[in-house]
Amino acid sequence: MITTIIVLIILLAIITGVQFLKIAELGAKNRGELIYEITEKDSKGQSLMVFIFLFAYMGFFAWQIWAWGGWLLPVSASKHGVGIDFLMNLTLWIITPVFIITHVFLCWFAYKFAFSSKRKALFFTHSNRLELIWTTVPSIALTVLILMGLTNWNSTMTPVPEETDHILIELTGQQFTWTARYAGKDKVLGRSQVTLIEGTNATGVDTSDVNTKDDKLLKGEFHLPVNVPVQFVFRSLDVIHSAYMPHFRAQMNCVPGLRTQFNFVPTITTAEMRKITKNEKFNYILLCNKICGAAHYNMQMDIIVESQQDYDKWLAEQKEFKQ
Amino acid sequence: MSTHHHQKEDFLFKYIFSTDHKMISKQFLITGFLMGFIGLAMSTLFRLQLGWPGESFKIVDLLLGSWAENGVIAPDKYLSLVTMHGTIMVFFMLTAGLSGTFSNLLIPLQIGARDMASGFLNMLSYWFFFISSIIMLISLFVEGGAASAGWTIYPPLSALPQAIPGSGLGMTLWLIAMAIFIVSSLLGSLNYIVTVLNLRTKGMSMTKLPLTIWAFFLTAVIGVVSFPVLLSAALLLVFDRSFGTSFYLSDIYVGGQVLEHSGGSPILFEHLFWFLGHPEVYIVLLPALGITSEIISTMSRKPIFGYRAMIGSMMAIAFLSCIVWGHHMFVTGMNPFLGAVFTFTTLLIAIPSAVKVFNYLTTLWKGNIKFSPAVLFSIGLVSTFITGGVTGLVLGDSALDINVHDTYFVVGHFHIVMGLSAIFGMFAGVYHWFPKIFGRMMNNKLGYLHFWLTIVCSYGIFFPMHFLGLAGVPRRYYTNSEFPLFDNMIDINQFISTFAIIAFFAQLIFFFNFVYSALKGPKAPQNPWKGNALEWTAPVEHIHGNWYGEIPTVYRWPYDYSKVDENGEYISGDDYIPQNVPLGENEKEETH
Repeated sequence: MITTIIVLIILLAIITGVQFLKIAELGAKNRGELIYEITEKDSKGQSLMVFIFLFAYMGFFAWQIWAWGGWLLPVSASKHGVGIDFLMNLTLWIITPVFIITHVFLCWFAYKFAFSSKRKALFFTHSNRLELIWTTVPSIALTVLILMGLTNWNSTMTPVPEETDHILIELTGQQFTWTARYAGKDKVLGRSQVTLIEGTNATGVDTSDVNTKDDKLLKGEFHLPVNVPVQFVFRSLDVIHSAYMPHFRAQMNCVPGLRTQFNFVPTITTAEMRKITKNEKFNYILLCNKICGAAHYNMQMDIIVESQQDYDKWLAEQKEFKQ
Repeated sequence: MSTHHHQKEDFLFKYIFSTDHKMISKQFLITGFLMGFIGLAMSTLFRLQLGWPGESFKIVDLLLGSWAENGVIAPDKYLSLVTMHGTIMVFFMLTAGLSGTFSNLLIPLQIGARDMASGFLNMLSYWFFFISSIIMLISLFVEGGAASAGWTIYPPLSALPQAIPGSGLGMTLWLIAMAIFIVSSLLGSLNYIVTVLNLRTKGMSMTKLPLTIWAFFLTAVIGVVSFPVLLSAALLLVFDRSFGTSFYLSDIYVGGQVLEHSGGSPILFEHLFWFLGHPEVYIVLLPALGITSEIISTMSRKPIFGYRAMIGSMMAIAFLSCIVWGHHMFVTGMNPFLGAVFTFTTLLIAIPSAVKVFNYLTTLWKGNIKFSPAVLFSIGLVSTFITGGVTGLVLGDSALDINVHDTYFVVGHFHIVMGLSAIFGMFAGVYHWFPKIFGRMMNNKLGYLHFWLTIVCSYGIFFPMHFLGLAGVPRRYYTNSEFPLFDNMIDINQFISTFAIIAFFAQLIFFFNFVYSALKGPKAPQNPWKGNALEWTAPVEHIHGNWYGEIPTVYRWPYDYSKVDENGEYISGDDYIPQNVPLGENEKEETH
């Protein structure tokens, strides 16, 4: 029934449209005009619309910042993330004026130079000086951004040196769950391999490896001590996943057959971040950010950042992988 | 009897197996738009799920059937919709639809050739595209559903039916369709290159070509360089899926089983895929930029500013586009040093892009702009190219990409800079060259309405996505409701979805205008926009060979608009001088 009504409405709309166009064409014919001719009135009207659009668009931009700006990620909870945020802000401070100024020019010119039969357009084919300016200026801005970006990138991607005091954690992704494995007292992860997956050994840890004994496997949530470097290594058992920890400005893909790594130093505890965000229930999260199957949208783990003391206490309560 | 038979044959060869570039162009246009409409409808459907997750919709139930029990899209079918939307829009509408239509229509007409270098290959190109489209559409109806590993089809997800049902027969058909599509694209591109290089009319040197032709030419070059790599990537994936090889697969445990594959790497696929995937962005963008250059100049009654700089920047973009693919892979585990190199090359693209924008602005400055729907869409393109372009500086910077990679920030960025820009260019081209395609005029008032609704909705849809991304919302999520962190985002998602629904209906205005004008629109004059390029010297009616009598000879560049003598009077008596008009006695040729 509804389908029939919809079809009827569409048919009526088409017929109305056709009639409307026919009337418009007849009207133009009576006035001795060609309907497709773009009159000065059309140009004036549309150019005015472009002008209004400028204000509407910039207003919309400002409104979004006002309405949604508060919902963006809070301050970075990791050391390197502060550098990334600084570079991000700098980039935004460069591109926002460019975005606004070029739009002002675009819409202003369109408005100002709408067709008039009394005016002639300027025959202006090129200007080496102008073109040199607008090739050089972006080049300089880009050089700055590239240099800063690369410095930041290199320091972020350098693994934690062996001799520095740090925690080693392996994150394993599989459809649609995460497993964290702490290297334990010996700070070495036991070997692992998919062919060893069996029964409760869901991630294929090599039980014959002596380094495995003190490893700790965790689901659901994992803890980190504040201000201690964490070296992550990533594995995947099936398809590509991506370990994304937005509050720490950290992300790395988990690729089957490949071990990837990322490291950061958490700087704000969960308790502190709850105060900063004024949200009692706030938790740091690890989520999957590479399409991995039907339940990709729900593959998560909580991360708790706490004092060294609390962390030690928590870690002691976790079972070691002895068999 | 015999005459009747003859007529039938005529029909078949005139409309179906035509080797005439103008007819093939129409075929590409109509097929491209039909595919585009399907892609658009898909996005509107999955926007319903994102705006109102889990809610039942009658229309979803009606259109998707078993993909959406009780009117709620199933999670894996949501991914099918996303995947097919991307595939159809990027390849079928914006590559074949855009390039196929305008390269075919304009290359022979604007360079002064009777037809393409090989009409037969041209026909094959269309029919491969057609077959590919049909196979892609059939894949929607097979068991397990259509491909659902994202349009980037990264293995192992795309290789293993155990990982997602869409990676069964649906994925096989996707790969076959794409292989055929690539053959179509290569046949077309080779033809465009050969035609532009060899069939230019007398006097038409490379620096007298309209910028449209430069754009189509460079697009074809990028296509020939990069599409074969995607073909090999797809073939190796076929081997991995069907013949047990391990190019991309290693150490996999899925569906309770350890797979035999070992030694391969999915990263290899990503490299091969993006070796096409990134140039692909410019394959859809360059034709749109070429079209806009031509339209902005013509309708501003003013020469394009910096003609040679425009060619130079397009060449730079074409070259750089082939060495930046790694910026899609900053966080894949690729060596960080390589990441640094790709950051450098990627950010360099901003320079020629900026040059193009400034040249557009200067072309408008002190022009005498006639506001046709085409020029509105061209101005819209400059706006989207700026809006989407500047956020490229965020994403291209590897350090910043870490935290916005694969979030909605990316979705917002590429939909604006590539999706909107390319489709605006395509709309502009259709409004502008409609008289050349169908010999009739489109209705301007409906065109204005279409433009304003479209641009308002476009920004309403894609601008807020940057905010989602900066809040950490990942793309390709069926719903954000599993994370308390994202609870606020439902408002933004409803906002976006509302605009998406309006945008869908706004496109119906265009389709109506298109069909009505093609059948019943007022007859077009030969040169309705008073353009300089050669296509406007050809008769309105489509004749074999394009011109009655001799092909016009070219004496000047195509941008002699509003050229005046020392007294400030128009040299030709009007504000334009077509390319086939010889230079006047005291007239200097422009050194543009």
